[in-house]
Amino acid sequence: MSIATKQADIVEEFSMFDDWMQRYEYMIDLGKSLPLIADEYKTDDNIIKGCQSKVWVHAELEGDKVVFTADSDAIITKGIIAILIRAFSKQHPKDILAADTSFIDDIGLKEHLSPTRANGLVSMIKQLKMYALAYQTQLS
Amino acid sequence: MYNTTLDLTKIRADFPILHRQVNGQPLVYLDNAATSQTPLPVIDAISDYYKHTNANIHRGVHALSQEATDQFEAARQKIQAHFNAALAHEIILTSGTTHAINMVANGFASLLQKDDELIVSELEHHANIVPWQMLCERTGAQLKVIPITENGTLDMGVYEALLSSRTKVVFVNHVSNALGIINPIEEIIEKAHAVGAAVLIDGAQATPHMVPDVQALNADFYTTSAHKICGPTGIGMLYGKEAWLRKLPPYQGGGEMIDQVTFEKTTYADLPHKFEAGTPNIAGGVGFGAAIDYMSGIGFDAIAAHEYDLMRHATEKLKQIDGLRIYGDVENKVAVISFNVDGLHPYDIGTLLDKMGIAVRTGHHCCQPIMDHYQIPGTVRASFAFYNTHEEVERFVAGVEKAVAMLR
Repeated sequence: MSIATKQADIVEEFSMFDDWMQRYEYMIDLGKSLPLIADEYKTDDNIIKGCQSKVWVHAELEGDKVVFTADSDAIITKGIIAILIRAFSKQHPKDILAADTSFIDDIGLKEHLSPTRANGLVSMIKQLKMYALAYQTQLS
Repeated sequence: MYNTTLDLTKIRADFPILHRQVNGQPLVYLDNAATSQTPLPVIDAISDYYKHTNANIHRGVHALSQEATDQFEAARQKIQAHFNAALAHEIILTSGTTHAINMVANGFASLLQKDDELIVSELEHHANIVPWQMLCERTGAQLKVIPITENGTLDMGVYEALLSSRTKVVFVNHVSNALGIINPIEEIIEKAHAVGAAVLIDGAQATPHMVPDVQALNADFYTTSAHKICGPTGIGMLYGKEAWLRKLPPYQGGGEMIDQVTFEKTTYADLPHKFEAGTPNIAGGVGFGAAIDYMSGIGFDAIAAHEYDLMRHATEKLKQIDGLRIYGDVENKVAVISFNVDGLHPYDIGTLLDKMGIAVRTGHHCCQPIMDHYQIPGTVRASFAFYNTHEEVERFVAGVEKAVAMLR
């Protein structure tokens, strides 16, 4: 499934919610269900700077696809990561690099995209793309 | 059950921002320790200054320059009178508390020797730690720390043990920004003076709630920022005893701070201009003066009494929430509540409160040593001002309850 299709699915799921509470309750559930990063990768090197909560991201190449795992000490942040991972994990690096992220607006989480927001969603996306870039170089 | 002498309807009408909506809800602004809101009389003073008076000060011969100078100096005198400084030129207008502390720390560089000691408290804002650490790096002086006890108060026994003839400067906050605790600065100052050390008090979190008398306190330096007391950002003050201000070298060079300039030698202007290089924040100074007038007009006794009631009300209600812990829950504090809920991240609580239109601060509040002390990533901090209401306290507590229910 392409990134665009996955993003469209996520947007459709979020469109069923009437208000912010339902959206956040769903994100909290997603956060709770996020497959955790292995402890060995929960290192200071893997911490994304610019987040008020701690966020660890690890990437691995499986074949020609990048697989992301992540964790955070804050549950809403975990929910946001879960959404990002769902959209970007197990994709080819060049598709990750090319993907746009406007679906975040469409699911009513636009406020988290502000570069000054303390949760660092922007930093997270940047980090995912950095990993993709590194693997893209490795593959080519 | 709570009575206040304040006419809150009238007061709140002075603050247009308190009537806006956030995320579709009426704003409940409880981040006053970060910055207070600005009332119309202060906004008008700044606006009037730009509309009718704007000019550069202290050197023009023309009428506007004279008027602007008069207004700026009148603000200095208001600040002097408010904090009861003996002399107007003991008030240096700075860009804020951080600027003021850097000014003093930098000034001590020429007065310190290797192995001199400086004493700081564990409760400090980074702004009252880092400039002194930089000073230690430059001079070889040593930084000693007064630890906090479990309830967040300073361990005064350790403080006394740290004091010696090597102690040159002690710098503590009057009120802790992260916990709201009022420190025993009278005792701290007296004991520091007994060993010949100078004392700087960071009053940024005290001045919204009380009127410090710098002469009665006998502080060598006292500093605050106007935006904590309903004034504009980018302006604050350093009070320094005249003798100390004469002893310290200027912080920045430039116009305004000079007497004579030649390429061979420059002599500095007299106080306070020696420390006010460049064109100051003139409109900010005018706004600072207007803010003091505004708050004094309401009355600090009534302000403190109302804020105390808001805090007690919120504290009692919050304590009923299962697993909620308040840090620094002592009697002698200002209207700040710093808390966490078991198993929940402060950032999550803050995010959900924001969705309900409730503004609080989350994180380490620029006080990482305190968070390390409690081994927590941060807290949720609700800080109250005189314009807050008991209805807002109820909405805040209900908001926390709702956030906790969603996150658990």
